[in-house]
Amino acid sequence: MIPTNASTPPVVELRNIVKHFHGGVLANDQITIQLQRGEILGLLGENGAGKTTLMNILYGLLQPDAGEIFVRGQRSHFRSTHDAIAHGLGMVHQHFMLVPTFTVAENLVLGQPSPRKPFLENRKTVARRISQLSEQYGLQVDPNAEVWQLSVGQEQRVEILKTLYRGAEILILDEPTAVLTPQEVDELITILRKLAQDGRSLIFISHKLHEVMQICDRVAVLRDGRLVHTTPVQATNPAELSRMMVGRDVVLRVNKGPAKPGAVRLRLQNLQVRDDRQLLALRDVSLAVHAGEIVGIAGVEGNGQRELEEAIVGLRPVEQGQVQLNQQDVTNRPPRVLFNAGLGHVPSDRYKTALLREFSIAENLVLSRIDQPPFTQHGLLNQPAIDQNARTLIQQFDIRAPAIDTAVAKLSGGNAQKVVLARELSHQPQVLLVAQPTRGVDVGAIEYVHQALVRQRDQGMAILLISTELEEILNLSDRIIVLYEGQVMGECLASEADVQTLGLMMAGSKLATIANQQGGATK
Amino acid sequence: MQDLNHLLTAAFVISLLTSGIRLAIPIFLAALGEIITERGGVLNLGLEGIMLVGALAGFMVAYDAEQLFAPSWLWLTPWLGLLAGAIAGMGMGLIMAVLAVSLQTDQVIASITLVIVGQGATTYLFRQQFGSLTARIHPLPAVPIPLLAKLPVLGEVFFQHDLMTYFSIVLLVAAWYFLYQTVGGLNIRAVGEHPAAADTSGINVTAVRYGAILIGAAFAGLGGAVLTVAQLGIFSEGITAGQGWIAIALVIFARWRPGLAFGGALLFGLATALQFRIQALNLQFIPYELLLMLPYLLTLLVLLRGTRRAEAPAALGRPYSKE
Amino acid sequence: MSEAQSSGAPSAAQATIQRRQPRRATTIWSLLAPLLGALAGLLVGAFLIWLSGANPITAYGVMVSGAFGGTRQITETLLLIGPLLLMGLGLTVAFRGRVWNIGGEGQYYMGALAGTVVGLFFQQRLPGLALIPLMLIAGMAGGALWAGIAALLKIRFGVNEIIATLMLNYIAEYTVLYLARVPLKDPTSFLPQSAQLLSPARMPTLVGTRIHLGIALAFLLIPLIYLLLWKTPLGFRIRAIGANTTVAYHAGMNVAFGLAFALLFSGALAGLTGIIEVSALHTRLKAGISGNYGFTGILVALLGRLHPLGVLVAACFFAALAIGAQTMHSVYGLPIALAQVIQGLVVLFVLAADALARRYGK
Repeated sequence: MIPTNASTPPVVELRNIVKHFHGGVLANDQITIQLQRGEILGLLGENGAGKTTLMNILYGLLQPDAGEIFVRGQRSHFRSTHDAIAHGLGMVHQHFMLVPTFTVAENLVLGQPSPRKPFLENRKTVARRISQLSEQYGLQVDPNAEVWQLSVGQEQRVEILKTLYRGAEILILDEPTAVLTPQEVDELITILRKLAQDGRSLIFISHKLHEVMQICDRVAVLRDGRLVHTTPVQATNPAELSRMMVGRDVVLRVNKGPAKPGAVRLRLQNLQVRDDRQLLALRDVSLAVHAGEIVGIAGVEGNGQRELEEAIVGLRPVEQGQVQLNQQDVTNRPPRVLFNAGLGHVPSDRYKTALLREFSIAENLVLSRIDQPPFTQHGLLNQPAIDQNARTLIQQFDIRAPAIDTAVAKLSGGNAQKVVLARELSHQPQVLLVAQPTRGVDVGAIEYVHQALVRQRDQGMAILLISTELEEILNLSDRIIVLYEGQVMGECLASEADVQTLGLMMAGSKLATIANQQGGATK
Repeated sequence: MQDLNHLLTAAFVISLLTSGIRLAIPIFLAALGEIITERGGVLNLGLEGIMLVGALAGFMVAYDAEQLFAPSWLWLTPWLGLLAGAIAGMGMGLIMAVLAVSLQTDQVIASITLVIVGQGATTYLFRQQFGSLTARIHPLPAVPIPLLAKLPVLGEVFFQHDLMTYFSIVLLVAAWYFLYQTVGGLNIRAVGEHPAAADTSGINVTAVRYGAILIGAAFAGLGGAVLTVAQLGIFSEGITAGQGWIAIALVIFARWRPGLAFGGALLFGLATALQFRIQALNLQFIPYELLLMLPYLLTLLVLLRGTRRAEAPAALGRPYSKE
Repeated sequence: MSEAQSSGAPSAAQATIQRRQPRRATTIWSLLAPLLGALAGLLVGAFLIWLSGANPITAYGVMVSGAFGGTRQITETLLLIGPLLLMGLGLTVAFRGRVWNIGGEGQYYMGALAGTVVGLFFQQRLPGLALIPLMLIAGMAGGALWAGIAALLKIRFGVNEIIATLMLNYIAEYTVLYLARVPLKDPTSFLPQSAQLLSPARMPTLVGTRIHLGIALAFLLIPLIYLLLWKTPLGFRIRAIGANTTVAYHAGMNVAFGLAFALLFSGALAGLTGIIEVSALHTRLKAGISGNYGFTGILVALLGRLHPLGVLVAACFFAALAIGAQTMHSVYGLPIALAQVIQGLVVLFVLAADALARRYGK
């Protein structure tokens, strides 16, 4: 870290940034932040605290309603990312901004001026420049590989290369560790340190405390659109930071007694499934979920979780193997059959598979039972029954909405999730598949969702929980199964799980191998 | 049955191939333009309307020019007509771009409406300008390519066309080169696959999509003008007879690749040419209506095999907004 | 979209949750936008009229009196409202399911064919009371079957229904023309047209007028379509499929059935329109029996906001435009296609107005 020098202006200064969104939400409220040369600044906050909005403003993707941006002491106005890039900014997005059908090289030159305009720059020159950068920072990639063929870790390297290729001096990294294994995170940290030593300045957005503590020089905490605190990391500790993030002490521990597993409700046998690119996404996956237990599927995002979810609920063909619900073979059957066999599903992408945005809450709550009594009687819809159902569930699940005919699109993430949960639980399924249940959900609602799941478990429901949040898995599960590149790495009881071992499994080591090595080490 | 023997004479085959190529050109140009538009992520189903507008605009400009110009300048009139067709096509494209890109209306609805407007407007204007008059203009003359045109069979089939036919091949190469070798082409493909990635790379998604629509519409307008100005020398209501729709089917068939679109267009051209020729033979056992529906039947058959969505641009038909 | 509704501590308001939100700007706008669109379309039309050297105000005056100026004019307009309404209502169901049926023209021809064949075959043997319903059913079946080809291609082979229905238009038209020219040809005529439908096979009319049963049927369908779309589980499913196919499928709905129903239903109404028009007006199969209803119906459905009452208003407006344009043609010599231009422009302007409202309205 280069010490702060009062005589040199900060590399970036954001002054009193204000941003409103439609509906009067204040995403950024008078935020002032400085970034020094060679510094790694952590930007910490809950989902929806305004981190991403603030960085999108700095990167020219959004325009602030008020406030100023200074770059190297110069007042700057970014009307587009083009301006921001020209001022030496670069952003590594959480959802990678790479064109999958393009090669690495094409992605890097995209949006860059070409010396041979209107023709593209010479491919060999580009490849040479990429190789130089790769070697300098240890970011190995093949410039001619098409991006869709790369692994997630490689894609991230391309994202970082892309900013460096544009000569970025100031790098914004939006939740860069969300898609990485603990081991890959360590590699990333090394790269980031090297970049900072080189005199580049980095903003590291995260909601993970220990990472921020480990990587950053200073940390700024955002809450509800306001800057709560800025401090060097040495002067703080995780407990203090988490209090500032949430505004109160968070207890994400869920109180639950030991599970009392009953009969097998859901069984997967040697499942083999392909992804959209026709590559194998699940290989030989077998597992069982009993009544009255929560089984957690842990793993880094993109290791077959989505395909597993879709294969179980009948949205993706199963190539080999079997899905059994209550001893009944339901492999490759349509959702209707699964529904009747007792499956409930809270999907990872609510708006893609579970909710009709323009339809009302009441309509969404009866979506899968619309043609059954009491909602349809004598061939006609029974509006009073549909409304009554909505009123009951809204109350029971504490859904905040102005009216029962409010369109679901107008609800917050947490309330929309509660609508899905309410509907699925109202069917009283015997098996519930829950994927990323708290993604995009505010803190209050997270607690509610977690407690609801545990309650259902205690009443004998079999729950399969897929989550990339390791903490969520550890808190809720009775058993944990780790998925890596579509394979089961191993299984352990949650009470006996340790983060180190889970991390190794998430990075591709089989539990048996780890156990052997550790056994050898202790002797 | 002896009529059938006519089918197999060399003269028959040569004239079939020659006119097959000619008939392919308007569909091909429209499909080529649509490939560029769709590669940019915009589904413009309005080709039928745009072709009609291009056909009429080209015809009217060439017609007026023929009345005005001195005989020594008459060679220029069809070219002015073709240019007018392309420009008029861009005018229609501009409407589509405002609706689809700036206003983010549903692209299917907007472009189908555009077809109806195009049909109505050309019918109205033609009736209003020409009434029941049968106006004629001089189509483009055939220009045999020296030496090559003398080749047996090949010369007649490939090298005795009007200049616009040769020029279409140039356009094919140019479009391919544009899409894959230039900055503009890279930007269009990026915007059609992953507009957010293009946006964060500093590309103006709106501007690029406007460009993709305008280029595509210019090609469609040119295709319409080729029909009336370069080939037929007349205009009549609904003269495109569904060619704009066939061109859209062709884009799917060609999997968004210019070269394959040319091959597909040739197939349609040959089917149409065959239909004309069998009709001319006046075979009693084949109803001419059956022959007339041949290109449309062929389109349906072609679509049976050509509908793998995976190859479509990923953002096709989706408006892009930053939030 | 707003993220305003927080989910912090429980609130008292929770217990008294409202059934209905007060209708606000969106509803008012959904009525205002078509009016503004119509106005803008008529303005551009006025410009075109002025370009042709006529006075737009007096020309529009001629148009209005041509459409509503007397019993004969009103009858003409009503006779055109019928087919536009039927087509628009059928397409409303299809478009609600986001099934883009633009093959109304072909389904119309096939309905006309099926109904006419039944009529020609039975008109010597059955009384009108039995024959007319039979012809109407045949017409609907003809249209539905023709749409069914597109449905099959879409569901089994993934063929885009827009192109499929459109190609089927040409195939249907040529098929009917061939059949009218050869096997069904009127032996007493030199023209390529079928034999004539006789009185038992003709649409019964209201005494002393030309208003026929078909018009009554069209109006009767308005409440029925409303019931179908908003009061039956099938209508709910169609709307759900239109809103998001994946969600609908995931919720256990039979998407293929919903899509097929929407397409076949709109085809059936197009076929019904076809046989009604032939039976009431053309009396035989020949070239030009459809007044481009397949396409105008699309505009009627869109302008009517895919709502039966809106479709009624749009059908009245479009019919008046078309009938008025005929008068304007005979008075000023302006081409009748002016009506089509204005119709298309109106819909384009409504699309634009809607989009602007979405962006700046809230």
